[in-house]
Amino acid sequence: MKKPKVAFFDFACCEGCQLQVANLGEDLLDILDTIDVVEFREVMTEKWDQGYDVAVIEGSITNEHAIEKIKRIRERSKILIAYGSCATIGGVNGMKNDFELNEIEAHVYQENAKHFKTVPTMAVSQVVKVDYFVNGCPIYPPEFITVLKCALAGLPYHVPDNVVCVECKINENICMYDKGVTCLGPVTKAGCNSWCINNGNVCYGCRGMVSNPNENSAKDVLSKYNISLDLIKNKMNMYNKCRELNKNEKDKS
Amino acid sequence: MKKINLNVNVEYLTRVEGHGNIVVNVKEGILEKCELQIVESPRFFEGMLRGRSIFEAQHITSRICGICSCGHTLASIQAAEDALDFTPSPQTIKLRKLLLHYEMLDSHILHIYLLVAPDLLGVKSFVPLIDTHGAVVRRALRMKKTCNDVCDILVGRHVHPISAIVGGFTKLPKEKELDEMLKYLKELRTDMDATIELAKTLVFPSFERDTEYVALVSDDSEYPLLSGDIGSTDGVRMNKKDYKKITNEFIVPHSSAKHTRLSRGSYAVGALARINLNFNKLHPKAKELATLLGFNNKVTNPYLNTAAQLVECVHCLEDSIKIIEELKTTGIDYSEEIVVGLNENKKIPVKAGSGVGAVEVPRGILFHHYEIDDKGIIKNANCIIPTGQNINNIECDMKKLVPEAIDKNKEEKDITLLLEMLVRAYDPCISCSAHFLDVKFVK
Repeated sequence: MKKPKVAFFDFACCEGCQLQVANLGEDLLDILDTIDVVEFREVMTEKWDQGYDVAVIEGSITNEHAIEKIKRIRERSKILIAYGSCATIGGVNGMKNDFELNEIEAHVYQENAKHFKTVPTMAVSQVVKVDYFVNGCPIYPPEFITVLKCALAGLPYHVPDNVVCVECKINENICMYDKGVTCLGPVTKAGCNSWCINNGNVCYGCRGMVSNPNENSAKDVLSKYNISLDLIKNKMNMYNKCRELNKNEKDKS
Repeated sequence: MKKINLNVNVEYLTRVEGHGNIVVNVKEGILEKCELQIVESPRFFEGMLRGRSIFEAQHITSRICGICSCGHTLASIQAAEDALDFTPSPQTIKLRKLLLHYEMLDSHILHIYLLVAPDLLGVKSFVPLIDTHGAVVRRALRMKKTCNDVCDILVGRHVHPISAIVGGFTKLPKEKELDEMLKYLKELRTDMDATIELAKTLVFPSFERDTEYVALVSDDSEYPLLSGDIGSTDGVRMNKKDYKKITNEFIVPHSSAKHTRLSRGSYAVGALARINLNFNKLHPKAKELATLLGFNNKVTNPYLNTAAQLVECVHCLEDSIKIIEELKTTGIDYSEEIVVGLNENKKIPVKAGSGVGAVEVPRGILFHHYEIDDKGIIKNANCIIPTGQNINNIECDMKKLVPEAIDKNKEEKDITLLLEMLVRAYDPCISCSAHFLDVKFVK
């Protein structure tokens, strides 16, 4: 059987998710046995000029050049996987959307700002159709392998839509609210095995908000611990600001 | 220079972190253009930090770069604690030094094996090496995995560490975990020895250009990575608070691009700079290798930065083992484990202030600078990354290299490869373009 042609691309991001792939260590060689990686700029000079069976996209879309490029990749790809928070939900790049574009461009690049015209940060799915999502900042390697297997086998993969607290309870962590600090676990999609809380930190919402958050119970938690809604909203915007673009679309229609 | 024409245009240089182009134009023997152009999508980190809590700065800035996320973490924490006037405990400092060693090892191994070695072995990437040099590729991936595993134990994961935050660590390694890290690191010695043997057989291009080397310096006997003053081989020494007097951003007359310089036209940071300044403080085993490779005198061949990284790998591995053995002897004080989050429980007193972090990360000295108000909200942020400081120096190297190569009758494709290898030798990290000092826009 001919090996599927797989290409990796990066847009505005830290390239940490492709590093997570490289960090699979010798397991990576088993994956390379089953696929034919035709483009991966960070570790390969080789280029490919035909179609891709699978394109794996990292990073968010932040300028016109990127919009054109992702559209061209989509046209050439049978399957498109978005991986990492930047690609799946906009991620930290979305915080830019909290500011006026001209203002933030001028703040960072002063007189050179005219060379750095950008558009509001978008997740990949806000520009082109995405077939598979691997959420998280960075991606959780076991989930990436599962999704890749599903994509190659033509099986669907559903990102877990229950909250991080479910996994956190199974891992027997003490609730962060009981330790006196806020945590976004109660409204964030699971699937990371409550990675951050297992290590004594809080959840920052990097996998995106569940599609149907239990708002009343979340509000109960906030009032029980006397936490303002603004504080939570601001925390939520660290990764999830781009969801507002969808809301605006809905408002228009 | 010979009166020839030469056009080098490498679009999206591969095997570097981030996006850059090399453009060289020679017309009738005159060098008209010689640039390393940066085409990374800007991400505006310094702009986005405004209005966020100082307790979120580490989490956000570690996302500047996946490869250097532990380095950004440590520089960010240092700047934040400086602004808050918070002094970390000796145990915390020791664990942070260990984390920085892990970062150095991981990044250097990636660069040496996956990014540079293919050039020296005459192939386009590590992928063809799987067939021709299977054992070497397996060793590289195994070493990378080990660095990753010890990072997982210490801070939850290597890409975007979890438990290292302002104030200390949210989770401290158990005794069993110290043993585990020690076991992994001791096993790594075998592969490190094999790497040294491999390195001895590799031939780097010969090219010399004397420049000013900048790195952290100190008065004690420790190889300075996490703290120190800023020093240079031209005799400069300054407090980290004065970092702007080191970087001296300036505008080039023929373009709007900003460069950095100190005592002369350009300066270099990174492993080569550190060894040129602090050779005597290397671990004896690393020093032995460094001497063998000629680092006991000032080295001015930029291609040898990769060899300098190997020397640092040996240093960081041996010093990591030493740190863990010390921690095992003294024992870890678990009462130091902290819970901070957004500091809602006011564990750390907050005040208005300004703080600077200066940390040696794999590619050179990294600066973070924050100004915060009395509620701990960031008013201004500035990050100056190693690659930004090196760009001007890389271009100066290119301007000397091209005429020399032409006079040696090198062909265009060989010159292109030499230029690509030169840029790669600096291990540029273009993703770190939070604040790129030298940005040229390519139309």
